[in-house]
Amino acid sequence: MSTKSIRIKRYLPEQAEEAFWQRYEVPVDDSTSLLDALNHVKEELDSSLSYRWSCRMAICGSCGVMVNGIPKLGCKTFLRDYPDEVRIEPLAHFPVRRDLMVDMEIFLEHLAAVKPWLIDEASNAAEPNRQTPAQLARYKQFANCINCGLCYSACPQFGLNPEFLGPAAIALAHRYNLDSRDHGKAQRMPELNRHEGVWSCTFVGFCSEVCPKHVDPAAAVNQGKVESAKHTLIALFRG
Amino acid sequence: MQERDFDIVIVGGGGAGLRAAIAAAEQARKNGTHQRIALLSKVYPMRSHTVAAEGGAAAVTSAEDSLQAHFDDTVAGSDWLAEQGVVDYFVHHAHRELVQLERWGCPWSRQQDGSIQVRRFGGMKTARTWFAADKTGFHLLHTLFQTSLKYAEIERLDEYFVLDIAVHDGSVIGVIALQVASGELTLLRTKAVVLATGGAGRLFRFNTNAGIVTGDGMAIAYRHGVALRDMEFVQYHPTGLPGSGILITEACRGEGGILLNKDGYRYLQDYGLGPETPLGQPQNKFMELGPRDKLSQAFWQEQQAGRTGTFAGSDVVYLDLRHLGEAVLKERLPFICELAKSYINVDPVREPIPIRPAVHYTMGGIETDAECETRIKGLFAAGECASVGLHGANRLGSNSLTELLVFGRLAGERASQQAAQRDFADPHLIQEQAHRQQRSLATLCQGKSEENWVAVKRELIQTMESGCGIYRTEAGMRAALDSVRRLRERYRQVRVNDKSRIYNTELLECIELGFGLDIAEATCLGALERRESRGAHQRLDQDMQQRDDTRFLKHSLVFHHGDATAELQWQDVDVRFSAPAERVYGEAGSNTEGQRGARS
Repeated sequence: MSTKSIRIKRYLPEQAEEAFWQRYEVPVDDSTSLLDALNHVKEELDSSLSYRWSCRMAICGSCGVMVNGIPKLGCKTFLRDYPDEVRIEPLAHFPVRRDLMVDMEIFLEHLAAVKPWLIDEASNAAEPNRQTPAQLARYKQFANCINCGLCYSACPQFGLNPEFLGPAAIALAHRYNLDSRDHGKAQRMPELNRHEGVWSCTFVGFCSEVCPKHVDPAAAVNQGKVESAKHTLIALFRG
Repeated sequence: MQERDFDIVIVGGGGAGLRAAIAAAEQARKNGTHQRIALLSKVYPMRSHTVAAEGGAAAVTSAEDSLQAHFDDTVAGSDWLAEQGVVDYFVHHAHRELVQLERWGCPWSRQQDGSIQVRRFGGMKTARTWFAADKTGFHLLHTLFQTSLKYAEIERLDEYFVLDIAVHDGSVIGVIALQVASGELTLLRTKAVVLATGGAGRLFRFNTNAGIVTGDGMAIAYRHGVALRDMEFVQYHPTGLPGSGILITEACRGEGGILLNKDGYRYLQDYGLGPETPLGQPQNKFMELGPRDKLSQAFWQEQQAGRTGTFAGSDVVYLDLRHLGEAVLKERLPFICELAKSYINVDPVREPIPIRPAVHYTMGGIETDAECETRIKGLFAAGECASVGLHGANRLGSNSLTELLVFGRLAGERASQQAAQRDFADPHLIQEQAHRQQRSLATLCQGKSEENWVAVKRELIQTMESGCGIYRTEAGMRAALDSVRRLRERYRQVRVNDKSRIYNTELLECIELGFGLDIAEATCLGALERRESRGAHQRLDQDMQQRDDTRFLKHSLVFHHGDATAELQWQDVDVRFSAPAERVYGEAGSNTEGQRGARS
C-alpha cells in the first residue's frame, strides 16, 4: 500500500479566525475513497478534523466536499483517479461552520418552499392509485435526488444570490408537477415563477454535470421555464 | 443551556421516526387538539440509514396470497421466537401502510396496467414485496420526509445528538440532547417520547450499515432499566461487497440471481434448500430464496470446506446476474449495477459479483409491549431499535421496511394519546438529570486521555465479529463477554482530545462508543446464555446444535446494572396461533406445507 498526500482546508472558529490549509499523508490502494482517507485522518492523525458522512455508498447525501474545486461525494471519489495533489474544501456557496461542515439550512428551506409533497384530495384512500410505467418514467429521474447539495455548489447563480431556489428544489418541484397522481402544480408555480425561481438560472448546466445520481436538474429548470412561461401566458389570457 | 417544551419528542428521523411524527400529528388533529411534536435527529432526516434499504417492503397484495401465509412465513422465519399476536397485527396492517405511502407519492414500481408490481423475497412463500426499483428505502424515506414538511406542528431539531432521557417515578419526562452545531446542552420537557434510533450494526467490524448505526436509543433505554430483548440474534446478510460490506440487495436473488461457489456450483442445494431450481425460474423458499440466516450459514460451511474464492483479501462466493440481461438489470437493479461498478469495478451485466455475508440488522432491541410502549410510562420505541417481537430469531427480508411504517404509526398514535392525558413535569426534575449529563460530558472532555478511544472501538468490533459471528462457541462467546467487560473498564479512562464545542464529532463518536459497549455486553450475555441453536444464533458446541424448545422457547431479557455486570432473565414467547414446528425450506418445506394444507 502506498501513501498519498491530501491537503484539507481547515477552519476552527474557536481557535483562529482564518481558515488554513493542512497536509496529511494517507495510505491508499485501488479502492481507497476520499471518505476512507478522511476517516484515516480522523482516527490516526488528527481527531479534530470534522466532516459529515454516513452511508458510504452514495445514497445518504452527507459527504459532499470540493475536490480540486469540483463538488463531489467523498464516498464516491477515489484517490486512484487523482495522480497529483488533492485539495479538499467545504462545499462552495454555503456558510462554513467548521472544517468541511457547512450550514445546509438555506438548502432545506428552499426544498420546503416548493411544497415537495403529493397534493391530492384523496390522500387517505384505501386503494393505491394506478400509475403506468410510462407515467412513472416521466418523473422518476427527478425523484432520485439525494439532497447532497453538490448542484448548489456548482451553481454560479446560487453563489451570487442564495435566495435562488436552486437546482435541487426546482427538480423536486418538477418531480411532483410531472407525477400523474399530483394536483398541486398551480400551488407550486408561483414559487417557481418568482425572479428567484426558475428565471434566475442562466443555464450554465454545471449542476447536472456534478450530480452523482444523474438527476439532471438543469433539464428540470429548463422545462420549468417552459411551464412558467405557459403559466404566465395562460394567466394573461384569462385576464 | 436551552430549554424547550414539546408534547411529544421523537428521537430519530429515519422511517420509523418520520412515520411516528406524522401519525402523532394526525392523531392530535383527529382529537381536535394541538400538540407540538419535536423530531430530533443527530443527522438530517434524509441521511438516516433507512435510505440504504434496497429490496422492498412486504404486504399481502395478490388475490392468491393470504394473511395467514405471511403470518406463517414470518413465524417460521423467526424460528418460532416471534410474538405471534404482534405478527398477526403486523400482517393485517401491512398493506394499508404501503397504500398510504403510495398516496403520499412513493414511486412504487408498477405493472403495465398501472397496478403495484411485487417481487419475490427470501423466506416468503409468494411474491408480496413492493419495491421502488432497488432503492425502496431511499424512496420511502424521502416520501416520508417530504410529506412531514406539510405538518407545521412537527418541528425538526436537525443535528441534535441525544444524550439521555429524563425519567421520574417510572414515567418519561424529558429528553436531553446536544446541539451539534453549537455544543449547547438542550433540555426538552415532554409528555411522551418515541425512540426510533435504529440498530447497532456498527458494533461489528464487517457490516452493511451506515456510520450512524450505533444503537444510541437502545443504550439510553437500557441504562434506565428497560430490558434489551433477544440481542443475541444478529442478522448476517448473505450478500455484502468484500472490503466495504456495502449491501447488495436480496432482490437480486428475487429477480433470479444465483449463488455460486468458486467451482461455479450452486452450493445451496447441499444445505436443505434444494433441489436446484432452473436458471431464470426462481422459486419461493427454494435455493437462493431461502432465508438469510440459512444462506449466511451455508457460506460459512463452504468457507470451511475451502470452496470459496478470494477477492481483495476476502473469502467470497459469487452472485451471478448475467442471465437476467442488461435491460432487466437496468430497470430493476440499477443501483446494484452502480454500486458494483463504483466500489469493486465489476459490471454485473458481464461478470458475477463477488460477495460475502456482513452484519446487517439487529433483530433484538428495546423491549416493548405489542403497542410499542416500554416499561417506562410514555416511552415508546419503534423500528430497528425496538423489539416489539416481530422478528424473533431471524428477520425475513422486506419485513423491516413495513415494520417501521406499521409500528412507527402505532407508536406515534399511542404517544399522542398518552401525551394528551399527561402534564409536563416540574422543570427542576429534568434540570437535575441534565446536570448529571453535563458533569459526565465535562469529565469526558477533561484532561489528557489515558486510553485511546479508537483502539477501544477497534477491539470492540473485532471482538464482536470473532465472538458473535455466524457460528458461535461457548469458549468464543465467553472470551468476547470478558473482553467487552474489560473494554467497558478501559472506556472510563477515555478522554476526548478535541475540546471545542462547535461540531465536536470526536466527542459524539466517543459517546457512541460508550453506548455500543453497553449494548455489546447485552449481546454477548444473551448469546452465551442461549445454549441452543435457533435462527441466526448457531452454536458449534456439542448438544447445542439444535433448537431446544423445552429450555429456550424464551426471549432473553438483559438488564443493565450500572458499572456492575448485566443480568439476564427469560421471558415466555407468545405462541398462541402456531405451535412450534420444524423449520424447513426447499423440497422438505413444500412437503410440510402440503401436509398442513391436507389437514386443514
